[in-house]
Amino acid sequence: MFDAYEANGFFDEMFDESGAVRPHYRTLLNRFSSYPAEDFEARRASCDQHFLRQGVTFNVYHDDRGTERIFPFDPVPRVIPANEWEHLEAGLTQRIIALNLFLHDIYHEQHILRDGVIPRFYIEEAKHYRPEFRGMNVPKDIYIHICGSDLIRGADGTYFVLEDNGRCPSGASYLLENRNALKRAFPGLFESLGVRPVDSYPRELLNMLHHVSPHREGEPVCVLLTPGCYNSAYFEHCYLAREMGIEIVEGRDLVVMDDFVYMRTTKGLVRVDVIYRRIDDDFLDPTVFRKDSVLGVPGIMRAYQAGNVALANAVGTGVADDKVIYYFVPKIIEYYLGQDPILPNVPTYLASEDSDRKYILEHLPELVVKAANESGGYGMLMGPSATQEEIAKFKEKIIEDPRNFIAQPVVSLSRSPTWCEGSMEGRHIDLRPYIIYGDDVKIVPGGLTRVALRKGSLVVNSSQGGGSKDTWVLK
Amino acid sequence: MLSRVANSLYWMVRYIERADNLSRLIEVNGQLLLDHERLDSERLRAFWKPIILATGDDELFGELYSDASSGEVIRFLTDDRKNPNSIVSSIAQARENARMVRDQLSEELWEELNGLYLFINSRAGENLLTTDPTRYYETIRRATFTFHGIAAASIARSESWEFMDLGRHLERADKTTRFLDITSFLPEVEDGNGAATFHWTAILRSCGALGAFRAEHLGQPSAKSVLDLLMFSNNFPRSVRYCVDRIDRNLHRISGSPRGTYTNGAERVAGRMLAELAYGSAEEVLESGLHGYLDDAQTRFNEIGDGLFRAYVFPDITDARPPIPAASVSAVVAWQMSQQQQ
Repeated sequence: MFDAYEANGFFDEMFDESGAVRPHYRTLLNRFSSYPAEDFEARRASCDQHFLRQGVTFNVYHDDRGTERIFPFDPVPRVIPANEWEHLEAGLTQRIIALNLFLHDIYHEQHILRDGVIPRFYIEEAKHYRPEFRGMNVPKDIYIHICGSDLIRGADGTYFVLEDNGRCPSGASYLLENRNALKRAFPGLFESLGVRPVDSYPRELLNMLHHVSPHREGEPVCVLLTPGCYNSAYFEHCYLAREMGIEIVEGRDLVVMDDFVYMRTTKGLVRVDVIYRRIDDDFLDPTVFRKDSVLGVPGIMRAYQAGNVALANAVGTGVADDKVIYYFVPKIIEYYLGQDPILPNVPTYLASEDSDRKYILEHLPELVVKAANESGGYGMLMGPSATQEEIAKFKEKIIEDPRNFIAQPVVSLSRSPTWCEGSMEGRHIDLRPYIIYGDDVKIVPGGLTRVALRKGSLVVNSSQGGGSKDTWVLK
Repeated sequence: MLSRVANSLYWMVRYIERADNLSRLIEVNGQLLLDHERLDSERLRAFWKPIILATGDDELFGELYSDASSGEVIRFLTDDRKNPNSIVSSIAQARENARMVRDQLSEELWEELNGLYLFINSRAGENLLTTDPTRYYETIRRATFTFHGIAAASIARSESWEFMDLGRHLERADKTTRFLDITSFLPEVEDGNGAATFHWTAILRSCGALGAFRAEHLGQPSAKSVLDLLMFSNNFPRSVRYCVDRIDRNLHRISGSPRGTYTNGAERVAGRMLAELAYGSAEEVLESGLHGYLDDAQTRFNEIGDGLFRAYVFPDITDARPPIPAASVSAVVAWQMSQQQQ
C-alpha cells in the first residue's frame, strides 16, 4: 500500500528524509501493509457508514434542506511518541497558565499594559475585549477553562502554535469518536501498540465544571448551553452532555430570577450553578450584547456578575483569540511566568507596526495574511496562490485597517500518509489538543488531527474540505 | 426533566406511532383494493376519499391534488413532504425531536430511528415504494415496532418513559377513532352485498385487530362488534379504552397524584373519559351517532395534549421571563405548538 508513497519535499510524519519509516510508526506500518487495498477500503467505508448511522454529523449552514454531513475520517492515525507529547504537554500547560494570568490582569489592574509590554490600544481595540467586565471576579480566577490550541509542524518537524481557541473550541467529540471508529474498523490494531486512551475527556471536563461552581453546598448542577439543533456542532453538544450526564439546555430552557439562573423542568424551576456554554459572548444575553439574539438568556450576565453562576469559558476570553494578541503570547509567557516559551509561535508580522507593515506590503505574494478575528479559514489571503487582484484588494484592506491584520510566512505543514481513493498519499495535517484548566491543567493524550484532503491544500477546516484522523499518543 | 425534553420525547413517540398507523392504513386498504379489481375509478375515489377525510387533512389534500385516485392518495399519505402528517414527514419530525433529546436516548434507540430516517430518504427506499409497496410499509412497521421494543428495553421507567408512553397511547387512541370514522364518510351501503362487512374488516385489519376479533366474536364484523373491540375492550392494546387507561396512568405517575383525582386539566379529561368508556356501550354510541361521538373523542384527546402542555411544558406561572420571541421558535417547534393548540 505504501509502495508508491512519496514523502519528499515536506516533513512527513511516518517517513524520514531517507524514506525509512520512523520507529514509532513501524508496527502500524507493518499492520496496515498486511491489509489488501480492497479490504482497507471496505473498512474505511464502514467507518463512514457508522458515522452516518450514528448521526455523527455536522450541519451545513446556508443549505435549506438541512443537509448533515459526516466529517470525513481517514483511517491512518497520526502517531506521537511519548517524548514528543511530553514536550507538547509542557508547552501547552505553560501557555494556558500564562493566558489565564493575562486575562485576569487585563480585566483587573492591567500591569502588563502599564509596564508597556503590550501597547494599550491593542487591548482596547480588540473586538472581543469587554471593558465592562473590568474589576469583575470570576470563580477561581479561571477564564479559559477549555482551550483548543492549534499546532502545526514546519519543514524540520518543529511544532508551532498556530492559534489559540479560548472561546468555545469544538471538535472534542470527534477526538473521542474517531478512536471508537478506528477500534471498530480495525479491532486487532491496538493490541500491544501502547496507545494511551482518550476516554477520560468527559470526566475531566465535568470535574472542571464542578471545580468552578460558585456554590459550596450539595452537588453542583451543571448544564451545557447550546444554540440548538441547527448549530453545526450540535452533535458534539449532545455527545458531551450525555457523556458527562448533564442536561443540554437551550436559552429558552433557562430563566433568570433575582440574579439566579434556573432551568425549567416538569417539576418546576431548578437552580443552575455552572454553565458550559457553547454560545459565543455576543449571543449570550440579549439585554447586554446583541439585542436581536434569540439564543441566549436575558439577565444571565447579571447573574454572572453577581457571582451566582459560573460560565465556562468566561466572558471576554475572545481577546486572547485575537490574532494580534497571539503575536504577544511569547511575551505574555515571559512577563507572567519568567520563562521562555516552550512552544514557539509561527513568525508573525503585525500590520499596525510600521516596519512590519512595510515588509508585509512588499512581500504579500509570499505571506499568509489573516484578519484578527476571523476563524474557520475565512478572511485569509494565501499569498502564493492568490491572484494579482486579490493581493491588490488585501493591500487596500491592510492600509485601511492595519490593526485588523497579521501576516505570517507560509508554513509548509507536515504531511501524513492518508488514504486517498485506493492509495496512500501525503496530505497536510495540523493538531488540536484540548487543554482543560480546573484545579489542575489536564490534557487528554491526543487531540483532533485535521487533514487537508485536497491534494496540495493547506486548509484543514471542516467547512473547507478537511477531514480528520485519530491521534495516537504512545506510552 | 427539562420541560422541553419532555415535550420532545412525547412528540417523538407520537410521530413514530403516526407513521406506523398510516402505513397500516394504506397497506391494508391497498390490499383490499386488489381483492376488488373490478372497482371503477368512481368507486375507487369513493374508497380513498373517506380515508383522507378521516385523517383530517382533506383541505391540504385538495390544495395539492386534483383527484383522489389511489396513486395520489397513497403518495399524499406516504412520501409527500408537503404533507406534515405523511409517513416520511412523521418520521422526519420524530427524528428531529429525537435529535433535540439525543442525550436522553439510548444509543440503540437513536440508531434505529436514524436508520429508518436514512432509509426513507434513500434511493433504495424510494425504489422499494414503487416496486414493492407491501415490503416498504412492512419495513416501516417493523422499524417502529423495533423502536418501541428498544425503548421498552432500554429506557428506565422514569418520567421520560411516562411522557413517551403517553405520546404513543394518545396517538394510537386518536388514530383508532379516525379509522373508525372512515365509515362515517362512506356512501350509504345498499346492504346485503357484504359491502359493510368489507369496510369493517378493513378497519379491523388497519388496527391489526382481525385476529383479536376472531378470538372473541363469531360471525362477520358489524358496527357493534367492531366498536365493542376497538372502543370498549379493556385488554386489546389499540382499543380506545385501553389507551385512555394507559394515558390516565401515565398522567398520574407524572404528577404523583392518586388515580381517581386530578391536579390538572389533562388528568381531569382523561379520568372522565375513562369512566365514560368503562360504563358506555356500543349500542349507545350507535344510537347517538358514531361520527359525533368520535369527533368528541378526538376533541378530548386534543384537550389532554393541551392540558399536558400547560401543566408541564409551558406552565402559566411562567415567572418573570418575557415570552419567547417568535423568531427563536424553530419551524418544527412552532408547528408543534400550533398542533397543540388545535
